[in-house]
Amino acid sequence: MRSKRKGKVIKISGNMVTARVDSAVIQNEVAYIQSGAEFLKAEVIRVRNNEAETQVYENTGGLRVGDTVEFTGELLSVELGPGLLGQIFDGLQNPLPPLAEEYGFFLKRGVYLSSLVDSVEWEFTPLVKKGDRVKAGVRLGFVPEKIFRHFIMAPFSLTGSAEVVSIANMGRYNLKQPIACLRDPSGKEENVYLKQRWPVKIPIRAYAERLKPVEPLVTKMRLIDSLFPVARGGTYCIPGPFGAGKTVLQQLISRHAEADVVIIAACGERAGEVVETLKTFPELVDPRTRKPLSDRTVIICNTSSMPVAARESSVYTAVTIAEYYRQMGLNILLLADSTSRWAQAMREMSGRLEEIPGEEAFPAYLESRIASFYERAGVVRLYDGSIGSVTIGGTVSPAGGNFEEPVTQATLKVVGAFHGLSRERSDARRYPAIDPLISWSKYLSIIDRRHLEKGREILRKSHEVSQMMKVIGEEGTSLPDYVEYLKGEFFDFVYLQQNAFDAVDEACPAERQKYIFSFIYDILEAEFDFENKEKALHFFQQLRQLFKGWNSASFRSAEFEKIEQEISLLVEQKRKKD
Amino acid sequence: MKKPACRQARFAALRASFLCAAYTYRMLDFLIRLLKRVFMHKTYTSIVQIAGDVITAEAEGVGYNEIAEISTSRGVSLAQVIRLDGKRVSLQIFAGSKGVSTGDRIRFLGHPMRIAGGEDLLGRIFNGSGLPLDKGPVLEDNLVDIGGPPVNPVKRIIPNKMIRTGIPMIDVFNSLVESQKLPIFSIAGEPYNDVLARIAIQAEVDIIILGGMGLKYDDYLFFRDTLEEKGALSRSIFFIHTASDPTGECLLVPDISLAVAEHFALNGRRVLVLLSDMTNFADALKEISITMEQVPSNRGYPGDLYSQLAARYEKAVDFDTAGSITILAVTTMPGDDVTHPVPDNTGYITEGQFYLKNSVIEPFGSLSRLKQQVNGKTRSDHRTIMDTMIQLFAGYRETLEKQAMGFQMSAWDKKLLKYGMIFESEMMSLKVNIPLEKALDRGWRILGECFTPEETGIKKPLIEQYWQHSP
Repeated sequence: MRSKRKGKVIKISGNMVTARVDSAVIQNEVAYIQSGAEFLKAEVIRVRNNEAETQVYENTGGLRVGDTVEFTGELLSVELGPGLLGQIFDGLQNPLPPLAEEYGFFLKRGVYLSSLVDSVEWEFTPLVKKGDRVKAGVRLGFVPEKIFRHFIMAPFSLTGSAEVVSIANMGRYNLKQPIACLRDPSGKEENVYLKQRWPVKIPIRAYAERLKPVEPLVTKMRLIDSLFPVARGGTYCIPGPFGAGKTVLQQLISRHAEADVVIIAACGERAGEVVETLKTFPELVDPRTRKPLSDRTVIICNTSSMPVAARESSVYTAVTIAEYYRQMGLNILLLADSTSRWAQAMREMSGRLEEIPGEEAFPAYLESRIASFYERAGVVRLYDGSIGSVTIGGTVSPAGGNFEEPVTQATLKVVGAFHGLSRERSDARRYPAIDPLISWSKYLSIIDRRHLEKGREILRKSHEVSQMMKVIGEEGTSLPDYVEYLKGEFFDFVYLQQNAFDAVDEACPAERQKYIFSFIYDILEAEFDFENKEKALHFFQQLRQLFKGWNSASFRSAEFEKIEQEISLLVEQKRKKD
Repeated sequence: MKKPACRQARFAALRASFLCAAYTYRMLDFLIRLLKRVFMHKTYTSIVQIAGDVITAEAEGVGYNEIAEISTSRGVSLAQVIRLDGKRVSLQIFAGSKGVSTGDRIRFLGHPMRIAGGEDLLGRIFNGSGLPLDKGPVLEDNLVDIGGPPVNPVKRIIPNKMIRTGIPMIDVFNSLVESQKLPIFSIAGEPYNDVLARIAIQAEVDIIILGGMGLKYDDYLFFRDTLEEKGALSRSIFFIHTASDPTGECLLVPDISLAVAEHFALNGRRVLVLLSDMTNFADALKEISITMEQVPSNRGYPGDLYSQLAARYEKAVDFDTAGSITILAVTTMPGDDVTHPVPDNTGYITEGQFYLKNSVIEPFGSLSRLKQQVNGKTRSDHRTIMDTMIQLFAGYRETLEKQAMGFQMSAWDKKLLKYGMIFESEMMSLKVNIPLEKALDRGWRILGECFTPEETGIKKPLIEQYWQHSP
């Protein structure tokens, strides 16, 4: 793999190493810097005259001026093939559990293991025959992986249509054995294996067309699905100050969202949170498949103390794996936590390159990088007519919780839904702390539009009244206004808030959401007959208590029906009689 | 009489030969070290630039982050390579550049910064470069590199042991968990060092390491005397950088403290690291990066402030099949502003925070992200007391606002006012020092004094088990 092109280190500053080269250099190609017996992976990020500036994916301690740099000619790539599901990788797709087995507690630098285990054999079934003509991404056969058919596709790098020269028979093959041979239009023959490599910064485009995201992606969070929905193939972002529950929200979504494969990119965040995910997922059962959640999950983790440059590559590694599984006609959800850390990694590198800084010292290309990352989401129709999608949800950690900062603003321009977390809501223990007054979504909700408008209107009105009450007190507020306020609070408490520690309430399926929303709509629309404010308050408190039990009763169970009757009875008693 | 004399002579001869061998060995060892010093490491006298605490010299074959010794008229100081550009080597002098001459000698040691680890450190006090501040010897055995590689997340375990502190606002409401990293957000003048010292003394850990950055000399003496008085000094190690010491040493303190802690943790020990104050550390970072002409990002702090802080805080760990490191830090907020870059970046890294305000740990805003891991296993009423008392206290704060605005106080308001006063003096006050169980009992007593069981909204079974009827 390694070519003969070499250079010498002439400059080291942090994780930026400059090398002098006499031959050609390719922008973004991978280079290895030799330091004693170690080879440190780096990527060329700028070339000036005969100097190649590289960002090193490791700690650069001990490197010297004059050390040898070898250029590989390959862009930073990942291995794609069966065996990715259930794995835990670092940002460069190094598998972490084998690293731990071999090197113990610490991540030794300069060690790169193969992402997929070559020796494992997979049961291959061919789908094409000799003489067929195939394009990039066309399915040549499949192997079973966990609960899916893992399709083996013609290399994405293929240009034009190629002829199948040979195809393996049904049987067991490992990743090193060729399963097909293709002849491309220029007459060159190429072997195809169960795995292929693809550069992470280039989107996979082997599909017939891109479609508009319309199907909702149900996350089972009422506040999201009903009010600020996310579509399959869409994008959303969750900005919020620290402690507002970004990561908990992402964790809940990763557990309950109705996606085939979930890819978690823990990018520059706490190691402890990743540990929780990777220790608990194998034990949690996916209700849809009755298999451990880890079977449908790939974790890419580059936590905050791991090398900064690899943080940048981790989101690309994640999205490339997502696109790969999309090519099999699956619905993929990519959760990136947090994109701000990725942007900060760009900022650090930009500073070392001494580029002219933009706002808050972020580089001028921040917006275009963020935009092109989110653009890799989408619904596509594949060559065989099946539909696959990649949905991207990214958290943003704005400095000081102020949404006016560059990363949040650049993200808001390109996403389809905005779930803004607020400190006020999280301080008041109202979870999920998505602020319904500032959030928005461009996607279609599962709830009837007219009902939804009523809900939003009540929330707005209730907020207005509560602001007013802060000044004039409860005594000065009129009864109708006060009831509006109570309705809003009631709606917030029993529908928008969800108890993540309750076995039933933590995940609310679409059907249940629709049912309960229309039930609540009726209450929000109803006119009540209250003698005074105290009676009104008491009534809504009673309702709230009943709903609490209702939310934690299984849908359509006897208890569910019983509480529903109690609620209806209570509402009818107080309803205004004409 | 002959026999014993003979034996004595033989014994003496044997001893002499032993001594002789040992002596030769030591001489040889010394010679080898001397030779190494002379031949292994080149010496340079080519300083071409001195700016701030960073000097630039011309040298060859120098490794990045390598340590060098600079002999100046003021003595020998350590320095670290922070940039290499062809022959130009930029070094950050830990003891500061005051008095450095362009003709001074620089000797590169060929290794990164190291610190002695192991049992000999216990009870000792060092400065930021790892040199003794007490009267003990310089330690040179068991050297460990500082700023080592990150832990593989797969080798971490989910934290599950509570650290008891005797402070109800922590134990009951925001439990501290082993391997947690938690800062105390505070403003200057608050008794944060007292809180640190108290937790250090009462926490059930094997080793306490104090990393002091920009510490006032009085505060250093306070820590030393308090720990000595309570008999905790023998299991403590101090790395102290006082406000008058050079900036460079301030930067080393967290790394040295955590490298030593890691060494102990790998040997199965449970270590508590106290860092006071991380804002001074961040300011030292700012100073160096400005000197190095880096583009500042926010209020002059370098763009990598988050990564720099995270690299230290993330050393907190509970090793699978070994010990643990818990980090309790102080972050003073300039102007009581939590959106200041230092507390802001810290909050995104740490697992919660304690707000110290008006000499009490503020229940709102304070958060221990790991408390759920432990507070379900202490006593059946722990979570209920935690939630109920805080909810009622929130009610009290609202009532206070209403009262201030001159609204009429209802009967319920009056109850809340009574409750709030008792809560503040018997739970929140830092004077309170009781174990968790006593604190929970006290919680029930306070609720009983102020409310009826129904008013608390606590579930019936718990009321029946714990409710204390006021006499």
